[in-house]
Amino acid sequence: MTQRDRAVRIARWGGVVTGLAILGLAGVYVRALVYTPVEATQGAAQKIFYVHVPAAWGALLAISVTGVLSIFYLWLKDRRIDLAAAASAEVGVAFGLVMLTTGPIWGKPIWGTWWTWDARLTSTLFLFLLFVGYLVLRDVLTDPGIRARFSSVIGILGLILVPFIHLTVYLFRTLHPAPIVLKPSAPSLPKVMLVTLLSSVAVFSLLYLGFLMQRYALGLLRELREEALASAQ
Amino acid sequence: MRALLRAAWHIAVKDVAIEWRTKTAFASGLVFAVLVLAVLFFSRDPTAVASSDIAPGALWVTFTFAAMLGLNRAFLLERELHGLDGILLTPAPRAAIFWGKFAANLVFVGAIEAISLPLFVVFYDVPIWVRFGELVLVIAMATVAFVAVGTLLSAMAVRTRYAELMLPLLLLPFLVPPLVGGVQLTARLLEGRPLSDLSGWLKLIAAFDLAFVSLSATLFHVVVDE
Repeated sequence: MTQRDRAVRIARWGGVVTGLAILGLAGVYVRALVYTPVEATQGAAQKIFYVHVPAAWGALLAISVTGVLSIFYLWLKDRRIDLAAAASAEVGVAFGLVMLTTGPIWGKPIWGTWWTWDARLTSTLFLFLLFVGYLVLRDVLTDPGIRARFSSVIGILGLILVPFIHLTVYLFRTLHPAPIVLKPSAPSLPKVMLVTLLSSVAVFSLLYLGFLMQRYALGLLRELREEALASAQ
Repeated sequence: MRALLRAAWHIAVKDVAIEWRTKTAFASGLVFAVLVLAVLFFSRDPTAVASSDIAPGALWVTFTFAAMLGLNRAFLLERELHGLDGILLTPAPRAAIFWGKFAANLVFVGAIEAISLPLFVVFYDVPIWVRFGELVLVIAMATVAFVAVGTLLSAMAVRTRYAELMLPLLLLPFLVPPLVGGVQLTARLLEGRPLSDLSGWLKLIAAFDLAFVSLSATLFHVVVDE
């Protein structure tokens, strides 16, 4: 099997995973809207929680994967690791955009303000912007070796930056709801809502995987084509 | 270790000497800093907000913008006539290039800050001498943070066609912790509050310095190696 066949196969499987995830997403939406009770104080606005939180999870997962793959790239110098890191960053930026648009839509009716400079909002915003920068940097660098090394450096620096920005804004002030699921004591969420949220998180993770596989295969195919063009000249 | 320090020293002296002879970047950086200080003075409603209220923010925005302008200079200098290739061909260790550039950038940014600070006092009429020693310490700590990450990122940015655009895009997210910390600390120091009130912010900037100076020095060879 040639490299090209392998890439095409990954793309195809990525398509299957994405298709399954989209079906799951439809199921989660139906469950969230019809079968999960309306929250007592926030009303219908709380429904966005089932999109916002999983999207945030997907974005942070994607960006952490990019950071970890960046370390591995500098260690093993395998171009496929770099392509996977870049694919993950791109998917992370897309999820980040979902997170950053659904947040204010919820914030306006509940907080009375679209945006607040709270620790989590600020750190995710800057992380999002940094990874947009990461993608721009990749775009303006033409040499694949330099591109891979430079973007690995940004990936690693980004991983270290997040806790610092978080701490900075934490010292500044905070308003974002405190964690209700991932905290030392039991989740303070009715079971029916928790199940909806967790299935949404699972579906978004699957969606991430599907996107990642397709984007990775695309990157691989593009590189193969560039190589073929270069050797033909 | 001594060889590394000596090589770094030579690179730093070379950079400072080039700047000293022309003073182009320094003069434009300084004028830019004065312009930012002056423009920010008008970025408020004078009947509602006192200039002393925005003074700490104005000072730090000026410092970050001026630093960003100066940081590209270190490697743009080497891009013309392929100076960096020349340095890479010498037996100087890669780390020496980082430390040399880092030191030269510190001198450059530090000099701009040293001249803008009195101008800041003139424009905004703030009592910086109340806690002058502590203020200098805070400025020094935050400047180390700017310059460490900036030296690494500018070495990358100059390799692109859009160096002047890429550096701010990549660097600004990293300036958030030292910038916010600098503003908070300066605001408190200008009110005459002791540093012990502010240990949280000081620790944050110190940790940032430690993490990013060592990380930038470690990752630098990845950026310059061919």
